[in-house]
Amino acid sequence: MNISISSRPAHDWDALVQADRAHRILYTDPAVFEEEMTKVFAAVWVYLGHESQIPRKDDFITTKLGLRPIILLRDAAGVLRALFNRCTHRGSTVCRAASGSARAFQCPYHGWTFHNSGRLAGVPWPEGYACDFKDDKFNLAQVPRVESHRGFIFGTLNLEAPPLEEYLGEAARPLDDWIDRNPGGRIAVCGANRLKYKGNWKLAYDNSCDGYHVVFSHRSLLEMENRDERDPNKGMSYYKSKPDEAPMYCRCYGRGHHLKDKRPNMERRPGALWAIEGVHPGKERYEQRLRERFGREAGRWLDLASSEPINLTIFPNLLILGNHIQVLEPVAADETDTVWYGTAVVDGPDMPPGVADDINALRLRTQESFPSFGEVDDLTNFEEIQKGLAAQEDEWVYMHRGMDIPGRITTDGKGIVTAPATDEVFMRLYIHHWKELMKSNPVLSIKRAP
Amino acid sequence: MSYVDDAFYRDLAAQFVDWQREDRRSLEPALLESCRGLLHLEARLLDEGRFEDWLALFAEECLFWVPGSAGGDPKREIAVAFDDRRQLEGRIYRLRTGYAWSQVPQARTTRIVSNVEVFSGASDAVCMVRSSFLITEFRAGATRTFAGWNAHRLSRADAGWRILVKQLNLIDCDQNLRNPSLLL
Repeated sequence: MNISISSRPAHDWDALVQADRAHRILYTDPAVFEEEMTKVFAAVWVYLGHESQIPRKDDFITTKLGLRPIILLRDAAGVLRALFNRCTHRGSTVCRAASGSARAFQCPYHGWTFHNSGRLAGVPWPEGYACDFKDDKFNLAQVPRVESHRGFIFGTLNLEAPPLEEYLGEAARPLDDWIDRNPGGRIAVCGANRLKYKGNWKLAYDNSCDGYHVVFSHRSLLEMENRDERDPNKGMSYYKSKPDEAPMYCRCYGRGHHLKDKRPNMERRPGALWAIEGVHPGKERYEQRLRERFGREAGRWLDLASSEPINLTIFPNLLILGNHIQVLEPVAADETDTVWYGTAVVDGPDMPPGVADDINALRLRTQESFPSFGEVDDLTNFEEIQKGLAAQEDEWVYMHRGMDIPGRITTDGKGIVTAPATDEVFMRLYIHHWKELMKSNPVLSIKRAP
Repeated sequence: MSYVDDAFYRDLAAQFVDWQREDRRSLEPALLESCRGLLHLEARLLDEGRFEDWLALFAEECLFWVPGSAGGDPKREIAVAFDDRRQLEGRIYRLRTGYAWSQVPQARTTRIVSNVEVFSGASDAVCMVRSSFLITEFRAGATRTFAGWNAHRLSRADAGWRILVKQLNLIDCDQNLRNPSLLL
């Protein structure tokens, strides 16, 4: 079933998104937001969830595609599906649990029941209907394209979108690196720090690769992590002094994807990440146990409990930071949920017994740090931007750091752009990609089980 | 130096299972009054921003724990907070820098603590206290609330009680929390 979006003549996108700046209404206008929910959060591949959240047949989680309520599941045959959580009868959600296991969903309103393939199983007292319930219009709507890249599940309503692998493009390589740093490439989502802010979702996207804000926005975290004068190089202390000149860099892959790679700032040796990891509950006891067991090799394992120094952002809603899978969930023009899923390593034949448990005991605690002591300050600043943007006559926000400086930004043969980690080139590239999407008129589709 | 290890997690799990038992509920007025007194003092110190004095209520080896889901196992899943003493010191240190923008300006709070029930522990030296709380916060032009219940694990000390564990259970702990940076 195809659904065309009526084009709105209201916005002149080229006027609103210029080379060096964007207009305030991109962040404030409910009409822009509504349009984004189709032209962005449906027309491109949107991250929906991780396979470790639904490991077995019949497992489900509830999530969203833009504002659409979704049941992401593995059906009774093991097929990954993203069902619209919307009864075909009166529109009610049929599933109200955050997660679980179910072969069928019964709508609480009138009892219509659906198999987890989306097909209608039955309705109460069908003799009161003259229609044929085998008509597939009564089966739950579902996202027509759902694909997984190594456990990361994406969906789109756009049949014209490129295959997921093409969409991810070169950004899949740092994603694969991040997955493969864990033994066997195995990770499992292990709960989340869930946060909300009263601001537009793009304020978080604008921040995703921003190496310019760190020492100012996160000064309290930097001071906290480095409060022991004997060990003043913890955490993100490499942002101090001259971050423009540090070896870290920002890389933009096209389609709004980008990476801030801080790994070149690190020593290339096992244990180097652990050496700068802040102090967290359990640090000494678990470290001691691993060092007694593995000697010099312990650093390799301890690094898995440390924050991987990358920020990888897959447009429009997936951010990989440290060991987190961060997901942006737009709620309204001025409200966004941001969920920081923790990840754990998973035991396997390539890990000595007990190591995964020890690593995860540390890794859970290291992952609680940034959302608690860093992100809260970012979100406050985003809320204060939203307040500032209420000033209607002061129309522009700027994103021109690094622009027009000869030799500062390079582009390779594949079109991949590289710049200092403190530049705003990633903002300019993604918002221009966003602009092209907003100019487009994608045809969106849903499907139903036959 | 952290004292958190497998034994710490194991003991914690044992201490926080099946403790709200009718046969362990104490109605002894002096015991109830002394526990209630500690909770009122704790609430006042937090409302007055006396975070260092608040921390002094805790035992040397202590835990401040805000689960991220009801009954969430801290060894298996992310918590809103799981702070040993050093991490609590860090949390307070950060708020005191003056650069913790999520608390600039600092939240003004008033806490109501109620429904206090005391449950005896394995010995007279330890008890568990359940209480309900309502924190009303004013910050950055808006007033809002945090609600839930606390489980305090207390140990007897010379001058009354010290806090071994404060488990703070927000009713919406598994939902998206807006600016949970105040000291709960």
